[in-house]
Amino acid sequence: MSTDIAARGYAHPEALVSTDWVAEHINDPDVRIVESNEDPLLYPSGHIPGAVEVDWTRDLNDQLRRDYLDRVAFEKLMGRIGATPNTTIIFYGDRNNWWAAYAFWVFQLFGHTNAKIMDGGRIKWEKEGRELTREVPAYAPTTYSAPERDDRTNRAFRDNVTQQLDRSNPLVDVRSPQEFTGERLHMPDFPNEGALRGGHIPTAKNVPWGMAIDQDDATFKSADDLRKIYEGSAGLSPEKEVIAYCRIGERSSHTWFVLKYLLGYPNVRNYDGSWTEWGNLVGAPIEK
Amino acid sequence: MATLAEALKALDREDRIDALISVAERFVNEPTHPEEARVPGCESEAFVWSEPAPNGKMTLHFAVENPQGISAMALAALLKEVTAGASIQSIAAIPEGVVVELFGDELSMGKTMGLTGMVKMVAGEAKKRL
Repeated sequence: MSTDIAARGYAHPEALVSTDWVAEHINDPDVRIVESNEDPLLYPSGHIPGAVEVDWTRDLNDQLRRDYLDRVAFEKLMGRIGATPNTTIIFYGDRNNWWAAYAFWVFQLFGHTNAKIMDGGRIKWEKEGRELTREVPAYAPTTYSAPERDDRTNRAFRDNVTQQLDRSNPLVDVRSPQEFTGERLHMPDFPNEGALRGGHIPTAKNVPWGMAIDQDDATFKSADDLRKIYEGSAGLSPEKEVIAYCRIGERSSHTWFVLKYLLGYPNVRNYDGSWTEWGNLVGAPIEK
Repeated sequence: MATLAEALKALDREDRIDALISVAERFVNEPTHPEEARVPGCESEAFVWSEPAPNGKMTLHFAVENPQGISAMALAALLKEVTAGASIQSIAAIPEGVVVELFGDELSMGKTMGLTGMVKMVAGEAKKRL
């Protein structure tokens, strides 16, 4: 069961807020609460009062190329949700904040560092019996000026992964053990999220993303417990550059958040091409 | 099922979502379920099992243990309603592709896999009784 966020020993405890904090800031004009889910029915069925929805497919992805939205689209998105560069964005969602972390990561590509995740996500809010509403809020549109997307600091591409292998720097594969070993590949009817080969990138350590979560209340585990997982079992270290990956970069954004903000790793990036790129690359090295 | 899917496909995204939420609200969870009834790959912890019914028919039972599994609840409610009183042959013939027809193509692969697993289980239960 979780303790107070400040008592858990995180490198950047300010990257998390509690459900209590969110409840106290529902009407705070400087705060915008954002729900991001895997299940598209959840937000319309009820959400935290005042929360807006940011959808990973419609809002965060480029609708043509395999890429994220560009600066202009991000500015439009922020204008739509009534945010300014000074707005504190609080992300929360289903699946233990998996998609919330993904949205948080995309926002960091545009330098919106005034962002936090609600510890415990939607399930904790619900289990605490807190209010949900179907009323979709309307905020006055803003004009948001964003920098060009920074694809170097927090994002990794396949060439970066190859360099990572050349330098013997660590990779963390956050998929399930079945995906890591190549036993489970993808759904036959989903070539866009599938791969021709199963297995993992050589030298990668398998730490399924959900291990960072306390199963009792969906909050993040303490820094000590997280170190045991990532540094003890998987052998990661903050001194080295780390790249996390999964299938399309969503689960690994959760682990990226854990390593960067909760454990304070200075150089950690998310390889969003992930297995759907690597497992389809001609000649790319694979281990099973 | 095909008629229902056609009707949902005709709706715009917002109306389709509203319709599916309404269906999910009709879902009645059956909490006592055998472990072997667990739907493989469904992260909403769904269960499907069946028992024989009069006149050579069958009754399907559904459980969804994840309180956030609203799409799983919607699909379970739809399947429960559509299969009630239906012939075993017609239940066995429900196609896997109905998931995309009902929910659209915005679902993630993981979500689609779980829901498709439920449809497969339903058809599989019927095939066992053919």
